[in-house]
Amino acid sequence: MSDPETDTADVDTPDLDPPGAVAPHGKHEAAGAAAPHGRWLTGRHASAAVIGVLTLLLGFAIAVQVRANSSSDTLSGLREDDLIGLLDNQNDRADRLRVQIAQLQDTLRRLQDSGDRSAAARQQAAQEAQALGVLLGTVPARGPGVVVEVTDPARKLTGEDLLDVVEELRGAGAEAIQFGGLRVSTSTSFQGSGGSVTVDGTTVTAPYRVVAIGEARTLNTALNIPGGVGATVRTAGGELTVTERPSVTITVTRPLSTPKYAKPGH
Amino acid sequence: MIAGLALVVGIVAGLWLRPTVPTWLEPYLPIAVVAALDAVFGGIRSRLDGIFDAKVFVVSFISNVLVAALIVFLGDKLGVGGQLSTAVVVVLGIRIFGNAAAIRRHLFRA
Repeated sequence: MSDPETDTADVDTPDLDPPGAVAPHGKHEAAGAAAPHGRWLTGRHASAAVIGVLTLLLGFAIAVQVRANSSSDTLSGLREDDLIGLLDNQNDRADRLRVQIAQLQDTLRRLQDSGDRSAAARQQAAQEAQALGVLLGTVPARGPGVVVEVTDPARKLTGEDLLDVVEELRGAGAEAIQFGGLRVSTSTSFQGSGGSVTVDGTTVTAPYRVVAIGEARTLNTALNIPGGVGATVRTAGGELTVTERPSVTITVTRPLSTPKYAKPGH
Repeated sequence: MIAGLALVVGIVAGLWLRPTVPTWLEPYLPIAVVAALDAVFGGIRSRLDGIFDAKVFVVSFISNVLVAALIVFLGDKLGVGGQLSTAVVVVLGIRIFGNAAAIRRHLFRA
């Protein structure tokens, strides 16, 4: 036990070197204070001051180092190799995250695209439904067109003659037609003769009022074509008057019949 | 007495002023502190032995700090800074323990 301690005492030579020399030279603290050698640090106060400054610096350094070590930034205490390792790890992680960001952005873009497409498809379908609804008579319609008045005082006009009126309007491009209080569609039927005419099973009586939406001038021309419907009505003793209107409204609708046998086939 | 007082004053000043360690000093400060502690323990021991010399203490204090810093500096230049820092700390730690044992024997007679 005593051996290693003497050993360390030997290692300590910088501090313990003088013991042999101290006493003879009178430099050890008790005697050295009084010795007027004129050499540095021989004065008691001077040496005390220097020692005080040194220990003050030591205390200061200890406090600074402890504070720097325990402060928030733990990286500042690490060595270069460790820092490089950390940096590599962080770079790898950043790369992985960047790849992930790219993938997620790609997914986002794809989802947005499909969302846009489905929205556009929905809008187109709605427009188509509106257009078909106008043509089939399931929705009200408005636009330029004509109002046709057909009188039949002699009650001679047959269903066929009235069908001719509708056919003529159709042929001239009428898109929506109202006959009396009924909306004319693809399945509309005209029956009867001699003033007792039924349209779709409903009896209509003269004077007949027909409203059609299309290009007014063309419709007018088609109805008054020589040898056409107008002539037929006049021959029967009636009168056919066409009034062009910049805007007519057809509010009457008819229910859409569901096909019983025919299925969509592609 | 003065030394102990100055140590406390230094610690308080360091805690109170909160200086930031300059980057160039960062690797040397811990080693310098350990070296200075070694010198202080040596000084306490020689004081108890009755052979304390202010000049020896001052010179050993300063040279300890400078040599420790130089070793760390050289180690960093040679690429073995970490290992050499450890070596310095181990050596100084052994010396501090030796001095502390001598002080203990003086104080407690054991």
